[in-house]
Amino acid sequence: MPANRFNGFTEYGIGIGLRSPHYNHILTRKPVCDWFEIISENFMIDGGRPLHILDQILDQYRVVQHGVSMYFGSAARIDREHLRRLKDLVRRTKTPWLSDHLCWGSVDGRYTHDLLPMPYTFEAARKTAQKIRDVRDYLEVPVAVENVSSYAEFHVSEMTEWEFLNEVVERADCGILLDVNNIYVSSQNHSFNPFDYVNSVPAERVAQIHIAGHSKYEKYILDTHDHPVIDPVWKLYDRAIQRAGHTATLLEWDDSIPTFREVHNEALKANRFLAKSVLARAV
Amino acid sequence: MSLLSLQRTMAKAVMQPLTPSENMSKRAPNGGPMAKYAAGFIKPNDRLTSFERLEIYNRQYWWRLMASLVEDFPGLQAILGNRRFESLCKAYLTDRPSRSFTLRNLGRDLHSWLKKNPKWAGSQQSIALDMVRLEWADIEAFDGAAEEPLRSADIANSSVATGCAPSRGRRQSKSPAADLRLRLQPYVQLLKFQYPVDSLVLEIKRFNDDTEFLSNTFRERRKRKRVAAVARLKPKTIFLAVHRVDDSVYFRRLESPQYGLLLAMQKGKTLGQAISQVFAKTTKTSAADPAQITEWFRNWSNLGWFCALEPNPRKISKGR
Repeated sequence: MPANRFNGFTEYGIGIGLRSPHYNHILTRKPVCDWFEIISENFMIDGGRPLHILDQILDQYRVVQHGVSMYFGSAARIDREHLRRLKDLVRRTKTPWLSDHLCWGSVDGRYTHDLLPMPYTFEAARKTAQKIRDVRDYLEVPVAVENVSSYAEFHVSEMTEWEFLNEVVERADCGILLDVNNIYVSSQNHSFNPFDYVNSVPAERVAQIHIAGHSKYEKYILDTHDHPVIDPVWKLYDRAIQRAGHTATLLEWDDSIPTFREVHNEALKANRFLAKSVLARAV
Repeated sequence: MSLLSLQRTMAKAVMQPLTPSENMSKRAPNGGPMAKYAAGFIKPNDRLTSFERLEIYNRQYWWRLMASLVEDFPGLQAILGNRRFESLCKAYLTDRPSRSFTLRNLGRDLHSWLKKNPKWAGSQQSIALDMVRLEWADIEAFDGAAEEPLRSADIANSSVATGCAPSRGRRQSKSPAADLRLRLQPYVQLLKFQYPVDSLVLEIKRFNDDTEFLSNTFRERRKRKRVAAVARLKPKTIFLAVHRVDDSVYFRRLESPQYGLLLAMQKGKTLGQAISQVFAKTTKTSAADPAQITEWFRNWSNLGWFCALEPNPRKISKGR
């Protein structure tokens, strides 16, 4: 969906994640880039260089917030301090929508700082959806949840991952940040057809798409965000765009980060699929 | 198994320390075999057992958190050496798992924990404690709040000189400046150390900048040399302000009375009280020199260290 209520009715194109090795290039060369995604937690601080840089970026670019520790799926209550700081940042960035992961990562006040997989149960879906609603109501900004890559499945699961995603987003009435690389990684680790996943997602709820690279090991694939996007992931992206239309797309590159130009050029490869989708709709 | 119960079960295993060869322990948190524990809630697949799938998360947890501590405490690592630093971090994270949503706060309790658990630093406990305090202050100074700074003129107009406590035997002429209260910027950290650990941190930063493009072997060789230099670091009391200018953190050595004055001001004392407190026990020769104190305050205010007494709710990070 080019613009929908889950991305604040915006028409964003291709962006990249804002990462510190690129700060100098961005601020001095001012390269054309449709938008940047920031990791919210890196800026939920009181002052100093990170906020100073962010303010300079905000003067010239559009920024969308992406979180890594809201843990919508944790059974515990939401950390109020986290929410308060996040709301301060939302006011600062004026992010049109905000995303975080459909996962858990903390229990009894202890944080793993990881994106741990959900058990796909109705209890988990109900509790997670309620938390998403609470966060959205407090922050007063549309929320999109991202599917994570995973390396384990639970005996207690009552449905597939995509059925769980649908159950959560329908109950929460929220958007989806569809990470097609994560779908690919999980499909290899859990032996399912990734197109079944992409074809099952409610296209009208897709607010944004993530693309990324990963690392292949002998017995599993790890979501490392340190390589270019591989062809099978581009194929999934193509399918997602066919279904959802011209959607805000972001390339994640978090480790062994190459130059700004290399990362941006990799992201811009998405244009060939976006252009195809625009043509297809025009015909 | 309920959501909460599953999460507690998995988190206990994920947060359990790895073996020395960085594998998941064969013993589960409940004392039984880990293979059975993992199989109780995680499905195997055609390539990986339940144990192996859980082990991926167990390793990721430790590698991520250890990397974060290595990044935040390179000075402590240099003092203890890699192996002892790793053991200390594992013990710390096991005793004090993260209770914050952000890895930025991971080392928040390291100083208090190390104080209670001296065995992890052994004979280097004192210097290790100093280093942890300095490296944590570095983090706090880097992203601490900043208020609107008071300009030099604001302080100068208060005529610091006339507010100075005189040396013993002279009558003090009370002036409005004596009642002046100044707040230190929240990001300014005042610290007293038994070892000159600031030199070591600066050396490490220089080393990292200089060797960024060197091979690992060469880096390691130079690092070992540096560690040997650390072992020779002799005790010497120093006073330090950890602050920032143009978004970069700096360490500024202070003289003892400078530290005393700033600390007293930070604690809410008036200028007069601070001066009396610092210079009350001094001999005539080291008594308060109004011109010198005025100069100190001018320098500190030029660095933007002071802000108005009442905190300004509008942070001024923007546009600094």
